Amino acid sequence: MKIGYYPGCSLLGSSREFDESTRAVLAALGVELAEVSDWNCCGASSAHVLNHELSLALPARILALAEQAGITEILAPCAACSNRLLSAQQELAKHPEMIAEVEAAIGMPYKGTAKIVNILEVLDRLKDQIAAKTTKPFTKKVANYYGCLLVRPPRVVNFDRPEDPQSMDLMVKAVGATPVEWPFKTECCGAAFSVTRTDIVAKLSGKLVKDAVNRGAEVIVVACPMCHSNLDLRRNEINEYLGKKHGIPAMFITQVIGLALGLDPVTLGLQRHMVPVNV
Amino acid sequence: MSSGSHHPNLETLAGRIEAGTGVKLAHCYQCGKCAAGCPVGDEMDLPPCQVFRLLQLGFPELDEKVLRSEGIWLCLACETCSSRCPQEVEIPKVMDFIRGEALKRGIAHPKSKDILSFHRAFLDSIEYTGRLYEVGLVADYKMRSRHLLKDVMLAPKMYLKGKLGLFPHLIKNRSGMKTLFKRTVGKG
Ligand code: SF4
Ligand code: SF4
Repeated sequence: MKIGYYPGCSLLGSSREFDESTRAVLAALGVELAEVSDWNCCGASSAHVLNHELSLALPARILALAEQAGITEILAPCAACSNRLLSAQQELAKHPEMIAEVEAAIGMPYKGTAKIVNILEVLDRLKDQIAAKTTKPFTKKVANYYGCLLVRPPRVVNFDRPEDPQSMDLMVKAVGATPVEWPFKTECCGAAFSVTRTDIVAKLSGKLVKDAVNRGAEVIVVACPMCHSNLDLRRNEINEYLGKKHGIPAMFITQVIGLALGLDPVTLGLQRHMVPVNV
Repeated sequence: MSSGSHHPNLETLAGRIEAGTGVKLAHCYQCGKCAAGCPVGDEMDLPPCQVFRLLQLGFPELDEKVLRSEGIWLCLACETCSSRCPQEVEIPKVMDFIRGEALKRGIAHPKSKDILSFHRAFLDSIEYTGRLYEVGLVADYKMRSRHLLKDVMLAPKMYLKGKLGLFPHLIKNRSGMKTLFKRTVGKG
């Protein structure tokens, strides 16, 4: 299988290990990634807060570059990126009269034909192979944390269930883990307020860390760099808010699968976390 | 109110919201489900259902109350409300729109400043390099917001973990990025 790849900015910096573990796991499963050349930032939440047209043009440029390279399907592991790409693609499909202006802004033709997929969709296709290649079952109790952007809004992402989703639970079971039942699967972690309103992040992320621990989870599994940053980089603030030191690590789903496939923890970037992973 | 009409009345804020976002305020029947599930509902001076109610009434002084509120700046666009709304009202789209309106009228809540500084620093970073440069973003945000000491302890740790590059990643077609910004933000 060959698939287009849009890592996005977080995966070059603060969430490098998501890029590293995605590449390592997919390579181990025989998937070839064709990175979109000269890709730009998708605009994240800043573009849609400040300028609607910009929030369409930035993703459109990425999609147009992919089309030029003959890519028909793009994997965007970052949940925020895949959400922005999907939103822009759908809005332009609904309003074709806006396409000419977008094409002028990006200096390229835009068709919007490439299919955008998230990491769980790709892993799901490989589930049998993953189960067969699992040499070190990940026998932990885990809290699967989907966050907002993977499953919402359902009319845009059209993936899994917006309440109580199952895809990550099934995936971790395939590699030997036991998912806990918990009500925070899709609660918000505080997202883009990491820098500006860290107090809100500490509170929202704090509530879910506490619940995961109370339910006996040993690891929180995520598929979004923003969720991971808030749960990992902001752990001091979270612990301060909770008045208790919680050492439960947050791991990317690709790291969990990578370990189960017997890949080296350093290749999976586990040493990059602030909250140490002792698994 | 503009419900039922195919041409929203652009003299009213409700009409401009409908024209700009496609959301008809009249569709909201005040069940309160949006506010119940909103992660920051308890921090908001006006939770989403109240924002909608005030705007539905169509009085300029109530519109202004909404535009001056702090709550509209706390919306995280988490889409919990819109996913659960029985009327499928796209609340975050309206939040985006009214924040823009508050800025245009110069009556945005003073606490919006930091949040705006962050978003502006973010977009500036992309405009010049094409990709987000996290070190530059944080430095720029600190200058704009004057929160100079924020996160000074975190950066060195992130650097040691290989999470912060000291130099930006430049895309090749930077002039294309300039054009893209000129033709979108520049039209302003
Ligand atoms: S959930 Fe929908 S209908 Fe109910 S109050 Fe909120 S916007 Fe109105
Ligand atoms: S999108 Fe905004 S208003 Fe709606 S639930 Fe999330 S934070 Fe609250």
